[in-house]
Amino acid sequence: MVYNIAFIIMGIGIYGIVSQKNLFKQLISLSLIDTGVNIFIIGLGYLEGMEAPIYSAITPVAKFVDPLPQALVLTAIVIGVGTLALGAMLLVHISEQYGSVDPDEIRVAKEVIE
Amino acid sequence: MRRIWALLIVWIFLSFLINNVLPILPEFGKFDFFMRAIFDIIHKSTKDNYEPVEFKKSANREDGSANVVTSIVVNYRSFDTLGEVTVLFTAALGVGILSASLKRKSFLEFDEHFVLKIATGIILPLILLFGAYIFIHGHLTPGGGFPGGTVIALGMLLLMLSDKQFKVTDVAKHTEQVAGSGYVVVGLLGMALSGVFLMNFLPTGVVGNLFSAGVVPIVYVLIGFKVGAELSSIISEMKEG
Amino acid sequence: MMELLMYKLSELWYWLKDVVTDSVKLFYFLVGGLMIVFSIFAVEAKKTVDALIALSAVSLLSVLIFIMLRAPDVAITEAAVGSGLASAVMLFALWKTKVGEKK
Repeated sequence: MVYNIAFIIMGIGIYGIVSQKNLFKQLISLSLIDTGVNIFIIGLGYLEGMEAPIYSAITPVAKFVDPLPQALVLTAIVIGVGTLALGAMLLVHISEQYGSVDPDEIRVAKEVIE
Repeated sequence: MRRIWALLIVWIFLSFLINNVLPILPEFGKFDFFMRAIFDIIHKSTKDNYEPVEFKKSANREDGSANVVTSIVVNYRSFDTLGEVTVLFTAALGVGILSASLKRKSFLEFDEHFVLKIATGIILPLILLFGAYIFIHGHLTPGGGFPGGTVIALGMLLLMLSDKQFKVTDVAKHTEQVAGSGYVVVGLLGMALSGVFLMNFLPTGVVGNLFSAGVVPIVYVLIGFKVGAELSSIISEMKEG
Repeated sequence: MMELLMYKLSELWYWLKDVVTDSVKLFYFLVGGLMIVFSIFAVEAKKTVDALIALSAVSLLSVLIFIMLRAPDVAITEAAVGSGLASAVMLFALWKTKVGEKK
């Protein structure tokens, strides 16, 4: 059931990138695709009846779910935030030079400049 | 017209995933342990003698941290964490360069409110203490360097919102430089003492103590400082042109 | 034709009954349904500020799914990063483009 949720969120993110006309909305849909992929990867590593992978007083011997996908997703979340910050700064630059964040108006403004 | 094309593309993508990928995957949550390759990491030894590891009773393993995800991220796949730290550094560098070359520098001004000032004075030390607790105990409890640094940067954001004259000065840049190169120095020390880059060269104690797991707490403290300084300087560059 | 429709409806009814009686499946159903509604709102909102708040809500609901799948490290990282940092960075960038446009 978790796999279906992850696939539908990825599909909504792709719909947002193709059909929206505002560059900020396209950036938000890219972040939605990132969230869907992270849920899918961690859902692959779940074993029934096992606990979180930390040695503690509750689980003194090893009865863990798979810890390898969690290490991969930890890196992927931080890289997603870095991409978002750089993309937002680029959009501020574009809007200052061409006057708007709409791809059709930017194309018209580029032909006027040349 | 765009929406119809978009719906068609999403329909093709979703039908490919649900009809061709979902039957190949194993069932959700079924126990298939021998096809997964993590026996070595959970039993904390890659040399084929599997003694069972117990909390606060086994000593001198290959990597003695109680959090298995930490021992993967910092000890067995430490080179990938070095790459991730580089990616964050590149993003902060890009934001800094782009923000300095804007022609129309506009400062975001907020009005000061006395309720926010008094509440910040009470809650800011707790936020910084919580962030430091998360990255110091990275090998015993869930967390680690990356969320610890983020919580410290959010504390700086609160201070920026409540006080008009607070500026993030050059101290953040110097902290980031020292902590970032400290990680590479730890790796080179491992190479000088044991022959392999980023090897664990300090003694690993009993699983579950504070002073255990060799190099791992030192690396997480350095990563916590670096990520905290980096994210505060990104937020400060975006606020003032 | 009518028989096919009645068969599909009865299949749906039995699936719903199975979900409601098992409490783990009910949790996944409610949280997943709420996530899908919020993400559709994030793509089709009129103002951009509303889409940003819906993205932050999707991030917070995914933290609940990470806890149910027994992954506390990932849950703490996604809660700190998705709710605080992504919203703050995008809000500052939005404010800067609007201040420039008013001239």
